[in-house]
Amino acid sequence: MKIGDLAELAGRNLREAILRNSLTTLGIGVGVASLVAMLSLGVGLQQLASRRLTRSGLFDAVFVAPKTNFRGFGRAPRPAPSTPEETRPLDEAARQEIARLPKVLEVYPQIRFLTDVHYADKPYATIVAGLPDSARSNGSFDGMQGTFFSGPNADEAILQIEFAKELSDQPSALIGKEIVLRYAERQALEASTGAASSSNGKSKDNSASPGFSIIPRERKLKIIGIVETEPAAGFGGFGGGRVFIPLAVAETLRVAQVNDLRDALREASSKPSYGNLTVRVEKPADVEAVEATIKKMGFSAFSLLDATRNLRLVFMVFDLLLGIFGSLALAVASLGIINTLVMAILERRREIGILKALGATDGAVKQLFFAEAGVMGVVGGMLGVALGWLIGRALTFGTNFYLHRQNLPSVDISSVPWWLMVGAIAFAIVVSLAAGLYPASRAARLNPVEALRYE
Amino acid sequence: MHPANDGPAIRTEQVSRHYQMGEALVRAVDDVTLEVPAGELLALLGSSGSGKSTLLNLIAGLDRPTAGTIFAHGRSLAEMDSQELAQHRSHTVGMVFQAFNLLPRMTLEENIELPLRLAEVNRNERGARVRDALDRVRLGKRLTHRPGELSGGEQQRAALARALVNRPTILLADEPTGNLDSATGEEIMFLLQEINQSLGMTIVMVTHERPLAERFAHRIVLMADGKMVSDGVKP
Repeated sequence: MKIGDLAELAGRNLREAILRNSLTTLGIGVGVASLVAMLSLGVGLQQLASRRLTRSGLFDAVFVAPKTNFRGFGRAPRPAPSTPEETRPLDEAARQEIARLPKVLEVYPQIRFLTDVHYADKPYATIVAGLPDSARSNGSFDGMQGTFFSGPNADEAILQIEFAKELSDQPSALIGKEIVLRYAERQALEASTGAASSSNGKSKDNSASPGFSIIPRERKLKIIGIVETEPAAGFGGFGGGRVFIPLAVAETLRVAQVNDLRDALREASSKPSYGNLTVRVEKPADVEAVEATIKKMGFSAFSLLDATRNLRLVFMVFDLLLGIFGSLALAVASLGIINTLVMAILERRREIGILKALGATDGAVKQLFFAEAGVMGVVGGMLGVALGWLIGRALTFGTNFYLHRQNLPSVDISSVPWWLMVGAIAFAIVVSLAAGLYPASRAARLNPVEALRYE
Repeated sequence: MHPANDGPAIRTEQVSRHYQMGEALVRAVDDVTLEVPAGELLALLGSSGSGKSTLLNLIAGLDRPTAGTIFAHGRSLAEMDSQELAQHRSHTVGMVFQAFNLLPRMTLEENIELPLRLAEVNRNERGARVRDALDRVRLGKRLTHRPGELSGGEQQRAALARALVNRPTILLADEPTGNLDSATGEEIMFLLQEINQSLGMTIVMVTHERPLAERFAHRIVLMADGKMVSDGVKP
């Protein structure tokens, strides 16, 4: 029989016992709905976690440092290479080279320094950190009081709420006020006196670096925002700061950094260099390739890629478990299909005999019952996807209602991507066809003479 | 509607159909040899349980004999697999039953279209063939009616249209007047006679009504206890 005729006859047969077939189809729908709701929660939570983590800068960043044999206090030094190799300096040329790599969004140094901030003529010791302009979209500043920097070179500051509370009992009143930043500027000595310059992690002089002087400076900054959470900026980022200023402003301050001392002592490293750089890539999937390229360039590079892999694994197991629980309802629904179709064979015994007398092959009879099971699967699957989506929306609504009452921002905890819709409907069809296998074979094997005698 | 060869439309050679029912062996059809020439209207006459319907089912390919061979237009049914037997039921023979066996939830048009669907006839060809078949049995105006809305005679005529729609060469009618009053039964018999004469169709009709058989059939085969008791042209 042609597919169109088969579908038409199957639809007609299903309409005949509309109540029973509707209930069976509803059973499949509920089964699929539970599966879709469970998986949509898994997918939604995974997307939420991924989005938050990606925006945090933890997983789309590579931390770059020059190769040294210093591995941190309490750790063994690297084994010495068999042939002495020159350590490549992490200088401006290297920064530009890394910035030109494909998939790299930006490369910036980590600028964070301990200094004094004056407000209402009182000094407060705190940590100042430079924020790249891209930080405005990383989610850390969602729901902040005030605004993000008006521009990358603005003399503006964002305060962390705890520090703001130190300055005033009413932190929100600080917005629009001024603070004075006091810092130590590194100023290069004249070349003749064997001086070099460095600030904000970078030397400014291309000559030999015999020394530099420290000059106390001040800079007035306008408070434009207060952030409640501590903005994380990823591995080697600007985390830990209490006062945030635009990175470009931080670079112009030329604040003396720890590695200036190292650079001053190293004769070989006559060129200006950075202590480290943070490289942001387009998406977490690009981290591996960029990290490998940077390593080939002769630098140390680290990322939290392994952590994302583990995260994916955890969510896969989570999804699998949710899927198994969701499938249980579908398994019960498949018993409903078997029952409905076996009943249909009993009721339509004579009809099967007539069909065979009119020239239906065993295969055609089997296909007809298969098609009926398939139609129930398609309709039940679509119904289930819609129901599952509604359940997911209801859960999201309930969660957000609770979060709003706690003054927390909304989240989307469920997601029904296209592959879940298609997969759930396909799964419903497969389960329905599998359930229809036995009844269809039984109908096809029916002896037509006996079937025609059946009253 | 053209026979595959010039020989008999149907030939049975020592055909038997035995059933085992518990300890007893039921000889529903026992050693029947019969030849039905193309274009003949044959009546299989006999009382209830004589084996005439079983023989008809064997000729239709709905059942297989336990012994002997059946040929339809020279082709042995024994050599056909189930797919080919279905083809035989679809294209070579058309069947009419005592109980009409129309599908009650379908309209007349849909009932008559069913064999065309099973034979995978093109959709655009079906409408005309259904209307032709219904016109032939004078039910052309009842296309959208369901069987329950028709009289017994009309239902049997509709069943006849369904049997003819695939243009078979052999029509097998199992007690076609059994559920009808005598006047309506006679009407159906006239219709069968007309189909036999106008289309040259071979008709094998099972009946237990001797007067009808004698009046309309070219030849009467009498059966009793599964055996062919007599075979002859009607007196």
